[in-house]
Amino acid sequence: MIPLLLIAGLTLATAAVALALRNLIHSALLLIASWAGIAAFYLWAGAEFVAFAQVLVYVGAVSMVVLFAVLLTRRSRDDISVAIDSPARGIAALLTGGAVLGVLFGAVISSPLGAPAAGARPSLSVKELGLQLMGPHAAALLIVGVLLTVALLGAVVIAAGDRTDAAERKPEGNP
Amino acid sequence: MTYSPLHLCLLFSSALFCIGLIGALARSNTILVLLGVELMLNAANLNFIAFWRYGPPTAPGTGVIFVIFAIAVAAAEAAVGLALVIAVYRHHRSIRLQDANQLKG
Repeated sequence: MIPLLLIAGLTLATAAVALALRNLIHSALLLIASWAGIAAFYLWAGAEFVAFAQVLVYVGAVSMVVLFAVLLTRRSRDDISVAIDSPARGIAALLTGGAVLGVLFGAVISSPLGAPAAGARPSLSVKELGLQLMGPHAAALLIVGVLLTVALLGAVVIAAGDRTDAAERKPEGNP
Repeated sequence: MTYSPLHLCLLFSSALFCIGLIGALARSNTILVLLGVELMLNAANLNFIAFWRYGPPTAPGTGVIFVIFAIAVAAAEAAVGLALVIAVYRHHRSIRLQDANQLKG
């Protein structure tokens, strides 16, 4: 129980600080810590494969893509700090989030989830997982492969931009 | 009153979801909004694992396989989202959400 509380506290604190900071790079680096905390939760819960997938995909790949996006979309060397937005917007967001949090906490606490099945820790080896993925879930695996290919090709096409666009913007001068 | 581990896991994931929601609503920087959405997706994955671990027994590996597919889709979403951020930046020279207010580039 203590590890869960530690992991939860660390993850929530880093996520909250990351979304409140002004410096985008600091936000991205703190979110890496938050994602690593989520991977630690998966390890604690016994889902080792998901934990390693989380480390590979989020801590390794998505964080790098986010950092690249931050660095590619800044106008000058010190344009990585974003001003805090209007206080009204922040207060409205806090009120909405607090209301959702209250509803969710109330629903979770008041629901009888039953006693935990003591000792009934489900175990799943990587071999079993692979057999499941290639057996009953083979169609879903193929569709996810196609989805990833199409999405990454689409991302390249969207981000690359066309040459005429760049040529016609050149006279404006590169800020 | 003591809570079962499942309760604690669900409270953890609801808190993470709400942090992501507040971040996505309060900030006007597109990258931070996208990161808030990613946090909400992660909170949903936490729920899958929590119910797989502590919920009533089901077919082995149901929750784990669901989370693996969710992570794959989330990776695709992050790649396309950040490509869109770069495309918007190229048109508007800004990634504030309020500045991207026209459909024609």
